[in-house]
Amino acid sequence: MEKEFKTIEHERPWRYQTDDGLTVTRGSAWSGPGCHLGCGVLMYTDEEGRLVKVEGDPENPFNKGRLCVRCLDVMEAVYHEDRLTKPLKRAREDRGKDTWEEITWDEAYDLIESAFKRIREESGPEAIAFFQGTGRDIAPWITRYAWSFGSPNNVFGMSGNSCYGPRVSGSMAVTGSFWVGDYSQQFVDRYDDPAWKCPECIVVWGNNPLVTNSDGLYGHWIIDCMKRGAQLIVIDPRRIWLANRAAIYLPVRPGTDTALALAILHVIIEEDLYDHEFVECWCYGFDELAAAVKDWTPERAEEVCWCPAEDIRAAARMIAQADGCVNQWGVAVDMQKRAVSSGHAIIDIFAITGNIDNPGGNICPDYILMYFNGWGREFLDPEKRAARIGDDKYPMVANAYSKAMFDSVVEAIDTGEPHQMRAAWLQTVNTLVNSAPDPAYVVRAMRKLEFVAAIDLFMTPTIMALADVVLPVASFPERQGIRIGDGVQRAETINRAVNRIGEGIDVRSDMQVNMELGQRFRPEAYPWERVEDMFSAIFEETGKSFEEVRDQAPVYLPFEYHKYKTGKLRADGQPGFNTSTGRIELWSTYYNLLGLDPLPTFKEPVHSPVSTPDEFAEYPVVLTTGARNWSQFHSEHRQVPRMRALHPYPTVRVNQALADQFGVVDGDWVWLRNQYGRCKRKVLVDPGMMDGVASTDHGWWMPELGGTEEEGLFGAFEYNCNMLFKFDPGESGFGCDYKCMLCTIDKCAPEEAGIVATVKGDGIRKAVAMADLHEAPETVIL
Amino acid sequence: MKKAVLVDYYYCTGCHTCEIACAVSHDLPTEQAGVVLNHIGPWESSRGPWQDDYLPFWTKNCDLCQGGQAAHDGTPMCVHHCQAQCIKMGEVDELARELAERPNQALYLIEA
Repeated sequence: MEKEFKTIEHERPWRYQTDDGLTVTRGSAWSGPGCHLGCGVLMYTDEEGRLVKVEGDPENPFNKGRLCVRCLDVMEAVYHEDRLTKPLKRAREDRGKDTWEEITWDEAYDLIESAFKRIREESGPEAIAFFQGTGRDIAPWITRYAWSFGSPNNVFGMSGNSCYGPRVSGSMAVTGSFWVGDYSQQFVDRYDDPAWKCPECIVVWGNNPLVTNSDGLYGHWIIDCMKRGAQLIVIDPRRIWLANRAAIYLPVRPGTDTALALAILHVIIEEDLYDHEFVECWCYGFDELAAAVKDWTPERAEEVCWCPAEDIRAAARMIAQADGCVNQWGVAVDMQKRAVSSGHAIIDIFAITGNIDNPGGNICPDYILMYFNGWGREFLDPEKRAARIGDDKYPMVANAYSKAMFDSVVEAIDTGEPHQMRAAWLQTVNTLVNSAPDPAYVVRAMRKLEFVAAIDLFMTPTIMALADVVLPVASFPERQGIRIGDGVQRAETINRAVNRIGEGIDVRSDMQVNMELGQRFRPEAYPWERVEDMFSAIFEETGKSFEEVRDQAPVYLPFEYHKYKTGKLRADGQPGFNTSTGRIELWSTYYNLLGLDPLPTFKEPVHSPVSTPDEFAEYPVVLTTGARNWSQFHSEHRQVPRMRALHPYPTVRVNQALADQFGVVDGDWVWLRNQYGRCKRKVLVDPGMMDGVASTDHGWWMPELGGTEEEGLFGAFEYNCNMLFKFDPGESGFGCDYKCMLCTIDKCAPEEAGIVATVKGDGIRKAVAMADLHEAPETVIL
Repeated sequence: MKKAVLVDYYYCTGCHTCEIACAVSHDLPTEQAGVVLNHIGPWESSRGPWQDDYLPFWTKNCDLCQGGQAAHDGTPMCVHHCQAQCIKMGEVDELARELAERPNQALYLIEA
């Protein structure tokens, strides 16, 4: 049967003129700069073609006219004086030095082509690693580029792939699909669609979804659902704002989510609150799970998680009794060494309460392009794929993941085992300050590569430290593209509103560069003349070209609930889930086969008050990293004045007791320090922090500081919380304890403190005005 | 007509969108703002529940986007983009009636 796609009937064409002489271009804000989401935007350009205003598009059901600070202020990023606007090159021995020389695109392409082809001939394509940043609009493109080049070693630069991947792979492993909360995002008419029901309960587990934006979730949908009656359970070591609007708040010691989940399962099973019909018909291994959680009383979990037993009980009852309960989980589930078990335990809660594939519960989106699995696999030689670095050690990543283990690739670069690595491609990725543990080691290792090419919006510490050739990438208002990301997919186009050629600026999109260079490396993988033809090829299933989608976007895929009853989750058309037993595997046959725990089991984090008491005596603070901020997406926006003004410094949140313990006060500069390293932070006393736990934000560098290695690579090590971490992935290949480490807090010496950060082009905050008042006002010397 | 702003601050998440929508459209320097977001909390109140509210304040820079800064549909930029959709701008008597309907709201008379 033909799929029926739903489209939007717009009042105006995708591009039109206003009465006052402005041109409006409708499109999707898929980034960078910006986040994972791709909100609908209206971009206004003036008579000179300059972008002067961006508005949220009310006709786009995704954001319904709303827009966050980063896109409203995107002009400051697009026209920033520090933007990379010309290709650059530098001698290999000058890495870390500011000796860049401007070159033409042709020269840059020629340099990359000759180096990559020479290495491919001499050492095989696998000797080149292809790095990507977080999965915005680069994930499918980089896989095709790497695989058609011939290399299986495409990488996301994080130990244990600890972001999104563990949840997705774990969910696929035990349920056969990935599930996201049902906020009506699959329907054109959203909350008014008669098939939708509002979730009665939303469990916000290990993320601050209003601020972050993973899994295709526009965070404020949670507010929309609260207005329609949804209740919240919030699980977080920090009492985030949502926690103070929640029915139940469960503070949890970082890294003990699995114990909490097992206790919730215990209550649901012991009190006979589970969905008997769903468990009997659609789950596998219930008795084994029941036996495994028998001893996990809430009282036992209270000791482990530092969370009141009675609240755990109340949460379990509320989840079980809700008609429609969303699993709103986040990266805290991924960023622990035992991520696979934590994900499995949490999925089991929603499985045995029948909150899978149901209205107001958790839904399985259909795909245009299976985003997570990559694009262009047919071009990769199966023998090369089988020899991918790290797969011999990490069975689950080997089997189920589209990227090679970062941990193993860096080791190979450093040691030459299992084979020599000679070059790298870095695509819109700032690994050194965002995601890599032990960044100083990463620099030492990657310096061994004889050739490194990079593409990005700005000169980053990663590029300054490592690259030999740099290409300037286009921001979203400057390019064509398509939006087909994570979560519930919809077909949309990213439309160029600004052409910089008239200004003598030739910036090109990631996909254009991948296509143009890909045509030099493997022409048959890129049989398209224009990028728009490539996009149309991806949209083929919808029967619409790039230009047609541009007129009608967003295009919605068909959707239905309860697909497991009708055989639509499985390729063979049989009812059930896409696992070997056809059921949701509470006891996983797949994990068992791989030698992993078939049942979710709790183990203490590697460094914790319980597992390393001696270390805890010296480093008595449990540290969680990766706190999100409204105005900064990972390491972006640090040089954008208005965005930096909203959050000028890296902070560490502690409660008053912890501040007192270390003799520090709100606004003090401190070092977070442990046996591996240290980083500088400003203290933010937050009464909502759990006792004994500190929370800090990641991705920090200071574009206003000196960029050369001698000057400190824009503060890339000084302000980098990953200095306190080592490579230490889970046995499956997924997870690393980024969110559960130990540290101590040292007040900075007077000469170290008071480092004043300013942003080029404008002052940062001169008054308290516009700042979150809770964040300590700062006197800034300009 | 007496123009007023009604904020349902129970739902205000503190996302700063109103501040930035205004500052960008009015091209304000970072030390000025047409809307300033205030954060009251968090602390554990003596009555039990936690105090944790955000409340935007409209400053003397606010011209209700009358100088051509409004969104294409005529709404002021702060109202149009509010992510929690908790800001309304309109006639004061009408909004005063809404104010009386539930707690945790604030009404500002902007133009008498």
